Amino acid sequence: MNKQPKLRQREPMSETQLLMTIAICIFVVMYGLAIVFLGGGFQRTQQFFNILNDNAALLIISCSLTIVMICGGIDISVGGVIGLVVMTCVVYLNSAGASIPVALLIALGIGAAFGVVQGFLVSYLEIQPFIVTLAGMFFARGMTTIVSVNPQKVAHEGFLALMKQKIEIPWLGYVAKKGNLVPARLEIGVIIALAVVVLVYVLLRYTKLGRGFYAIGGNQQSALMLGVNIKRTRFIAHTLSGLLAGLAGFVFLMHTGAGNATNASAAEMNAIASSIIGGTLLTGGVGNVFGTLFGVLTLATIKAIVPASGLTEPWWQSITTGAMLCFFILLQSVVLKKRGSKKAKAAKE
Amino acid sequence: MQDNIVLTMRGICKSFPGVRALNNVDFTLRKGEIHALMGENGAGKSTLIKVLTGVYSRDAGQVNIAGIEGDVAIRSPKDAQAVGISTVYQEITLCPNLSVAENIYIGRDKRTLIHWKEREKKADAILQSLGIPARAAQQLGSCSLAVQQMVAIARAVDADCKVLILDEPTSSLDEKEVNMLFKLMRELKERGVGIIFVTHFLEQVYAVCDRITVLRNGELVGEYPIEELPQVELVSKMMGKALEDLSGMKKKEFTPDSTEEAVYEAHNLSSNQGVKPFDFRIRAGEVNGFTGLLGSGRSESVRAIFGADHVTGGVVTMHGKRVKVSNPREAMKHGIAYLPEDRKDDGIIADLSVRENIMLAMQVMNGFWKPVSRAKQEEFARQYIDALQIKTASAETPIKSLSGGNQQKVILARWLLLHPDYLILDEPTRGIDVGTKTEIQKLVLKLAEEGTGVTFISSEIEEMLRTCSRLIVMRDRNIVGELRGDELSQDNVMKTIAGGNRT
Repeated sequence: MNKQPKLRQREPMSETQLLMTIAICIFVVMYGLAIVFLGGGFQRTQQFFNILNDNAALLIISCSLTIVMICGGIDISVGGVIGLVVMTCVVYLNSAGASIPVALLIALGIGAAFGVVQGFLVSYLEIQPFIVTLAGMFFARGMTTIVSVNPQKVAHEGFLALMKQKIEIPWLGYVAKKGNLVPARLEIGVIIALAVVVLVYVLLRYTKLGRGFYAIGGNQQSALMLGVNIKRTRFIAHTLSGLLAGLAGFVFLMHTGAGNATNASAAEMNAIASSIIGGTLLTGGVGNVFGTLFGVLTLATIKAIVPASGLTEPWWQSITTGAMLCFFILLQSVVLKKRGSKKAKAAKE
Repeated sequence: MQDNIVLTMRGICKSFPGVRALNNVDFTLRKGEIHALMGENGAGKSTLIKVLTGVYSRDAGQVNIAGIEGDVAIRSPKDAQAVGISTVYQEITLCPNLSVAENIYIGRDKRTLIHWKEREKKADAILQSLGIPARAAQQLGSCSLAVQQMVAIARAVDADCKVLILDEPTSSLDEKEVNMLFKLMRELKERGVGIIFVTHFLEQVYAVCDRITVLRNGELVGEYPIEELPQVELVSKMMGKALEDLSGMKKKEFTPDSTEEAVYEAHNLSSNQGVKPFDFRIRAGEVNGFTGLLGSGRSESVRAIFGADHVTGGVVTMHGKRVKVSNPREAMKHGIAYLPEDRKDDGIIADLSVRENIMLAMQVMNGFWKPVSRAKQEEFARQYIDALQIKTASAETPIKSLSGGNQQKVILARWLLLHPDYLILDEPTRGIDVGTKTEIQKLVLKLAEEGTGVTFISSEIEEMLRTCSRLIVMRDRNIVGELRGDELSQDNVMKTIAGGNRT
């Protein structure tokens, strides 16, 4: 019998782990550089918290995208769903006798409805996910304007109170010029988003369903032969994605407190970019939500650094983001290729 | 049912529109036996396996499995797994992005939550007990193909299979890996698993199997214990006639200093694929071969000749005139044709019909502005389907539904249609059955007789010795020797590969 390698031996990192590590390193280095060279706001914890506060909804839909991308699919309707959810909730909250739990149910309901329909079309009727969710995006955007053409602000008092609820952490605060302590403030939406990250992590790592996502993204034909119910798995992935988009809409509204037909426009693109920076491959089978968390942070940090370093015109943000995205993808493919050739060598030996 | 029998199939029939794929076939598998299922392409092996695994439903017949009362209906691969029939295919059907342990268990989980430590411990135990050199936590993609195949087998064993079907498992493995697989097969045999082994390699059958069932044209020829069926008889049973003797065919001999003009001559030819500059010439009517171990540069050399790789230097003359061959188009213009090694990737266009696949090269040469008329195309297609005895329902059948050997003939027809002066065949006989192999060899010799220069490459040295009048031996991307006439023997080839520049 062959001599077995030691069982306790440390395994080389999988692609998922490797790409996530790269994402975390890049974020830490970038944020470190921002602290050293830009100083000012970046030295305060509040700056970091602001990035989280502003991007809680983005973080949630990035989790959506991570799930569907691991399955080898895509969902570009999430931004549109946020827009529709925000507008519908505002209109509902401004009607007489509205309650917050019902608003939340409306948000989740809209998201789930989109998810179920798109999931059905993608998995059972086998239509390209890109086309299905593109249609979903147009549909959601159109519905948003039907619900209300004019921008509206939430007037519901309970909701306004909820928006003002913030978690204050005094010891992370700073002393303002006048000498009084300003505590660091975190919005409730961030807590929701981080909870989503943890839940999705557990789902992807420790459940039969989550491993099914990886299996169908890795090789659909094989997954089928291995006994994975690929249609149901893909259907659930899209449903989850829609449901999370609905939740993201609610979180978005908690941050802005207003509905507008162009809310969260192009949010799906930011979510895709974040997932990719975080190490999720568009080809499927590889990805991790903690990587996605750092992807969102990285993207947001780039967008904060650009104006802080003096390039205040708005287009510089887009240009820098584009360049950085290109750079990350290049870096990923170089690292994966190097590993690939090393592996091939090792296999030959 | 007898105690030691795990599976019986009786009177299995299966028809497809126009074809009787299986006619009243019986098959019996005993406990702890490795049973080879043999037959030429199209004999019905795959159909029988697919009936057994529930991919096809049978038209008639009965399947019995030990421990189950009465006839067993198998309607899907899942049904097959449930009654203890597992299949490991030639292509790996596992997920490379998951760990080894996951690949063993995924799709069979009862619980919703996964306990990683426990799962990896169990997987390691299985791997260790079967002697498979993989770790449970390892990503599957980082294992060699052979180990991946063994992981697939481990999965089947863990699923408590009674019947394990191995469908061409060795076709992409090297010798060492094949031996590893055989060891595992013998281990399973000890455990009482019945194994059905399908392969094209006759020697492998004799290395591991206990019993052979031979099919021909969808009918059962017979079941034999391995000791009672020598290799030669097996071949004749598969083909239904004695193996044709090729030795009677004459090979044209050339002396090194013969004055006949070379069809093709290269001096200091080299390519970016690491082929060291080499000289080479071939005369009209000569069949030569490049031999050497895999990776010795034999394919790379002919690719350089055809301009399929980037040519980095060298002087080429054809019929005494200097020409430039830096891409396949130019090579084709000068009358060089090349049948690539990888039939699936470089050769066939799966969804096009036989006729369209045949016409492809000629159409390229004519230019796309001068289409060949439909009538002409059909005439060409018919002519070559007859000449090469291509077995196809019609000229309009998509090529993907033909067997491997017949696909190869179609590609051959594609190049013959151009009437090349110099034809390069890279592994034309790989993965096709013995009968077709012989036909292709005969065809090569016939073409040479008609004045074509042919380069013939094959992994099977015997085949090259039969066909070629001159062998160029390569090692580490260098030509290390040239054998001709009486020097042509397996021993000499081995010695040259091993020994270096002694010729």
